[in-house]
Amino acid sequence: MSADQHTPVSISSVSIDDPHMQPLARNPRRMEQLIAVAMFFGLVSFVMFGFAYWVNWPAWTFGVTLGLGMVLLGFGVTAWGKYLMPKGPFVEERHKVASSDEQRNAFAAAVVERNLGILGRRKVLGGLAGAALGVFGVVAAFPLIRSLGPLPKNSLKTTDWKAGSYLVDSTGRPVKVGDVAVGGIVTVFPMGYQDTDNGQAVDQTVLIRLATTDFTTRPGRESWGPSGYVAYSKLCTHLGCPVGLYEQQLEMLVCPCHQSMFSVANGGEPTFGPAPRPLPQLPLYVDGRGYVRSQGGYNQPVGPGFWERS
Amino acid sequence: MSSTTKKSESPYGPIGDKLNELDDRLGVARGGRTLMDKIFPDHWSFMLGEIALYSFMVLLATGIFLTLYYVPSQSLVVYHGPYLPLRGVRVSQAYASSVDLSFSVRAGLLMRQMHHWACDIFVGAIVVHMARVFFTGAFRKPRETNWLIGSILLILAIVNGFLGYSLPDDLVSGTGLRIAFSIVESIPLVGSTLATLLFGGNFPGTMIISRFYTLHVLLIPAIIVGLVTAHLVLLVTQKHTQFKGKGRTENNVVGAPMMPIFAAKATGFIFLVTGVTALLAGLAQINPIWQFGPYEAAKISYAVQPDWYMGWLDGALRIFPAWEWTGFGHTIPLEVFIPALIIPGIVFTIAQVWPAIEAKYTGDTAMHNLLDRPRDRPKRTAFGVAMLSFLFMLFVASSTDVLANYFHISLNTMLWLMRVLVIIVPLIAYPVTLVLCKELQQVDGAGKRKRPNVVIRTTEGAYETVPADLRPGDGHHELDAEPIPTFIDLDPGAEEPIEGSRVVTR
Repeated sequence: MSADQHTPVSISSVSIDDPHMQPLARNPRRMEQLIAVAMFFGLVSFVMFGFAYWVNWPAWTFGVTLGLGMVLLGFGVTAWGKYLMPKGPFVEERHKVASSDEQRNAFAAAVVERNLGILGRRKVLGGLAGAALGVFGVVAAFPLIRSLGPLPKNSLKTTDWKAGSYLVDSTGRPVKVGDVAVGGIVTVFPMGYQDTDNGQAVDQTVLIRLATTDFTTRPGRESWGPSGYVAYSKLCTHLGCPVGLYEQQLEMLVCPCHQSMFSVANGGEPTFGPAPRPLPQLPLYVDGRGYVRSQGGYNQPVGPGFWERS
Repeated sequence: MSSTTKKSESPYGPIGDKLNELDDRLGVARGGRTLMDKIFPDHWSFMLGEIALYSFMVLLATGIFLTLYYVPSQSLVVYHGPYLPLRGVRVSQAYASSVDLSFSVRAGLLMRQMHHWACDIFVGAIVVHMARVFFTGAFRKPRETNWLIGSILLILAIVNGFLGYSLPDDLVSGTGLRIAFSIVESIPLVGSTLATLLFGGNFPGTMIISRFYTLHVLLIPAIIVGLVTAHLVLLVTQKHTQFKGKGRTENNVVGAPMMPIFAAKATGFIFLVTGVTALLAGLAQINPIWQFGPYEAAKISYAVQPDWYMGWLDGALRIFPAWEWTGFGHTIPLEVFIPALIIPGIVFTIAQVWPAIEAKYTGDTAMHNLLDRPRDRPKRTAFGVAMLSFLFMLFVASSTDVLANYFHISLNTMLWLMRVLVIIVPLIAYPVTLVLCKELQQVDGAGKRKRPNVVIRTTEGAYETVPADLRPGDGHHELDAEPIPTFIDLDPGAEEPIEGSRVVTR
């Protein structure tokens, strides 16, 4: 090969019989055959896709026939372009993106002298137009943003748990004192809210029966865990995932999202991971008929932290 | 034929006549010829952006198919479809329609899985393309705007990926939504208001699926299409960068013309990207929502992992210490706010202002159309490697539980290991890359195929060693090692320094 064949030429000036217009393939005939075979089987693959669709073969056959057809056709067309079309190299000049000095000056003159100058002559009008647009921007934000939903108000701070709420499982059955085996755990909701969005998302609570009866998780909570039952909010204080895993031996609640661990025996205190606060504990009592009920709501907002949380 | 009865006015026959008619009305001739002659430089790394573009086309095509069957509603229905384990279960319409379009719509599963795979490929291709542009200095003047557009496209791709992933309303994506709500909640002052506005009330509300649907199929794709168009228009007007090499200067472009050569390769490549996506969709299951089950706020599945491009954020959330700030009757959940919002904010801001940082630091305000080899810009390369290793370690940290289980080490050890590695690895990566780059600059002929030596016995009986003849293809000098660069490279052909460049002599 001579050196000038590697020297880039301009495509617009090159004649069709120039060496630059020769294909890259050393044996174009062989390459053409190879590409033809690939394209042919690509075509067959597309036919197979149509057939597979028609007779409703298993879903994976769609992907395989369509994908194979595309890959074979894609290989063929790419190889055609790379090996059988003019090998070049070709060159073109870069044209400066920037304009000439006169054009730039004319542009700047129009911006500064004509537009800004004319606009600047009426300062009051300009100021008013700007102020009106600003006010429009602010008031347009009301329907665009404010209408989206309610303000949080107390919704992040309160739950549906009240004094005397029955603890019911997801089917609505109230929990009686013997229902949960020692070491057992059940997700409970305040009765009447187990089928509501707020009940599921916010009120969700884990009820755990510990081996020790009348367990005190923390000073001041002596009466909160009757008959070994303790209840904690199921919302992780990190990001609000349900604290769904219970490690029975260690008496730890584990959040599957980011592995925060909370000590059930120790007031829901976080012992590992990114959760910053203990799980709020729900005070319980057992009523005369043996139903487990709440003494009241949570004494703090459940779930992750937010600005208005004190 | 008509051409035999009526003589063509154009020397190129009836087609020429047709083109002339077209030009009379639309004026396509001048611009059309220029466009067809437009030269695209050749290098494998220039395909990475193409992969992103073509996988986006796959996303649009498969996405339109999905919208025909998907119902963006959280209202509850009883599932009666062909998937037996779910029969009789109360699920949202979004979930039911997602399962139905997977099982009851013919080729629906293929389209859904292609859509999901194409998304993973799309974001991946953008990241790798961005790394290529960064390490070769293609973002320098005049291309800072296009770099900015590209980095915004990456953010939008990640956001839209998350939105789309949330739409099936399955157990895993619902947990992701819960986390998203909590992250918005963590913003000081306005967080809880923003969260309830976005979700239409406290989590989960009844609005989020339909709102995410509108964002996912309308608003964000429209912005992406607009920015991609701007990205390509700028690419065409500014012309593509090229590597240094024989006959290549700052003022020309060497490669293949648009028609038909580049067009053939690009068209073939569209088919290849689509084909690989279809093969993946056919053979590799992705996001089997029927196995996860419908979302119920009080349920959760174990080992929940988001899509790969969310991994670094998840990892940051996992390993960040539990530093909640409370005082003056207020709470700032720094353990959420910093890893989920501040860290990505800093990372993307650095990316976006990098061209300005570099220009300020080097004092280089010249136009650059020739690319750097990464080794010739050791500090930039070292910074890029450090940043990528930081992000990669965060990504690894999103699997602490899996890794601890796999290597039989405690979760606590794993957590502290990752906390240390996230900081140490970039600090090590920077100097190591710096030294490697400087060493590589000294290697003569690096990147070229070795030429064998031929030992010749002369007629006198003496032995001589001569290098063998060049093999075909070795004549190209694209990868010739540049001499150790001055602080700012001079244009090799220019007689005087490029305007705006500062030359440091050593």
